Amino acid sequence: MANLIEIKGVTHAYRTAAGPLPVLENLDIAVPEGEFCAVVGPSGCGKSTLTRLVAGLMRPDRGEVWLHGELVRSPRKTVGMAFQNPVMLEWRTVLQNVILPLEIVAPTMPRAEKEARASALLALVGLAGFEHKRPSELSGGMRQRASLCRAIVHRPDVLIMDEPFGALDAFTREDLWQTMHALRAKEPFTAVLITHDLREAVYLGDQVIVLSGRPATTQHIMRVNYPGPRLLDGLYTPECSEMLHVLRDQIRIAQGRDTTEEATT
Amino acid sequence: MSALRAAAVPLAAIVAFLGLWEFIVWANDWPNYKMASPSDLPPAFWKFRWFFVEMSWQTLWRTVAGLGIAVVAGTLLGMAMGFSRIARDALYPLLVGFNAIPKATLVPVIALIFIGQHDFNTVLMAFLISFFPIAVSVGIGLSTLEPEYRDILRSLGASRVTIFWKIALPKTLPEFFGALKVSVTLAFIGTNLVEIVSPHGRGLGALFKSGETNGDYPLMFAVLIALAALGIVLYYAVVVLERIFAGWAERPAQ
Ligand SMILES: Nc1ncnc2c1ncn2[C@@H]1O[C@H](COP(=O)(O)OP(=O)(O)O)[C@@H](O)[C@H]1O
Ligand SMILES: [Mg+2]
Repeated sequence: MANLIEIKGVTHAYRTAAGPLPVLENLDIAVPEGEFCAVVGPSGCGKSTLTRLVAGLMRPDRGEVWLHGELVRSPRKTVGMAFQNPVMLEWRTVLQNVILPLEIVAPTMPRAEKEARASALLALVGLAGFEHKRPSELSGGMRQRASLCRAIVHRPDVLIMDEPFGALDAFTREDLWQTMHALRAKEPFTAVLITHDLREAVYLGDQVIVLSGRPATTQHIMRVNYPGPRLLDGLYTPECSEMLHVLRDQIRIAQGRDTTEEATT
Repeated sequence: MSALRAAAVPLAAIVAFLGLWEFIVWANDWPNYKMASPSDLPPAFWKFRWFFVEMSWQTLWRTVAGLGIAVVAGTLLGMAMGFSRIARDALYPLLVGFNAIPKATLVPVIALIFIGQHDFNTVLMAFLISFFPIAVSVGIGLSTLEPEYRDILRSLGASRVTIFWKIALPKTLPEFFGALKVSVTLAFIGTNLVEIVSPHGRGLGALFKSGETNGDYPLMFAVLIALAALGIVLYYAVVVLERIFAGWAERPAQ
């Protein structure tokens, strides 16, 4: 299977008033088509920068980002994005919010077709009946569901999510994880999920990539062998505990503290 | 029932206010040339009714014209400041400095530059006095747009123009209308300032001045009432536009 996303030797520094701030260094990530790649790393290490590079919103100083065998130089219509802030446009209804990308990507698509597509997605994430509500009438979890629909309404081949569930409470978050699996079952996309929740990374990811502290490099890559079907109960099996343990250790190393040191204090 | 009460309370307050006014004038036995009383106003309105219609129209169209130019120029200035750091750094001190000048001092300056151009001067003043809040609000609205709002469209390759029309502009509409409510009041002040000061002015301000010249206090007070009415109409016209174009920003009552 070909790699749909390939990040090769990406190095990037922000130019700040205090001089260059190296953020990514020689980063390598490969995500095969249809796979779900979770990325974890210390806060401020450059995860959001990575999403902006993959989306083509920025170009790296060095290295290359390939999507679908094409070098990314600028934004492309085959990408979907979701952020921690669901960024609903308050002057549009929920349905009109979901349609937004189609207005850019497929301006000639008949309105009825756009609405049918958006309604179907909203129903899939459990928002049937909320199409004509204002975003302000929705709870945080519902807004994020709608935001996910908007991110995939134009059938992108890459879905990039930057801590989309980070602001939600634990139970809502678990609901959203299941919604994510429901969406994956219906909609083929390759996903990059930035998260700071290790359980989320294991529950959703086919592979989990641990980035080192800034400047970030690929510190550890873990294949997820989820025990059985992707059910929440699976998170409490020894296999998952083991994976979470490994990730925990890797994060400690990324943060610059090793396990032995912490054990003695 | 509650609708009746909602109307009755402010109405009663107005009646009480007029009654108090009438009483104070009567109790002090002030003559007409010192202080008019409410009962003097209807005759004054009736006597000068055609003047009131004509002059109100003059004041109205010039205020609206000045405000219209302020909206266009203010929005353009705001866009420049919102999109370009350099434009912001360059324009902001100039605008703040200009805004700090009490606009009354500009009236003779304008009158000297454009002698006798009464309509032009009036519209110009209404514009000069009212564009600042609009420019600032649009500028701040655009420059504080969260990057995610831009990125949901930019990541699809949308142009800056598209992002402006679909996201940035609608998102700044509530701030824009907030500023417009201030600006409409300011433009109205600007119009009247020129109308009152100009030697051969027209409009309600000129009518006010002729009342003053002729010692016709009831007329002067009648003009004040007419100005208040016109000001209310202008203000609520903006409120109606706001409801139509930025009604979404109102939180639903919980
Ligand atoms: N536009 C920018 N200009 C300068 N520095 C930035 C910019 N964006 C992010 N940074 C800095 O780069 C580092 C990485 O940022 P980011 O990619 O957002 O990290 P993360 O998402 O992992 O928390 C942070 O230290 C941040 O302050
Ligand atoms: Mg981030």
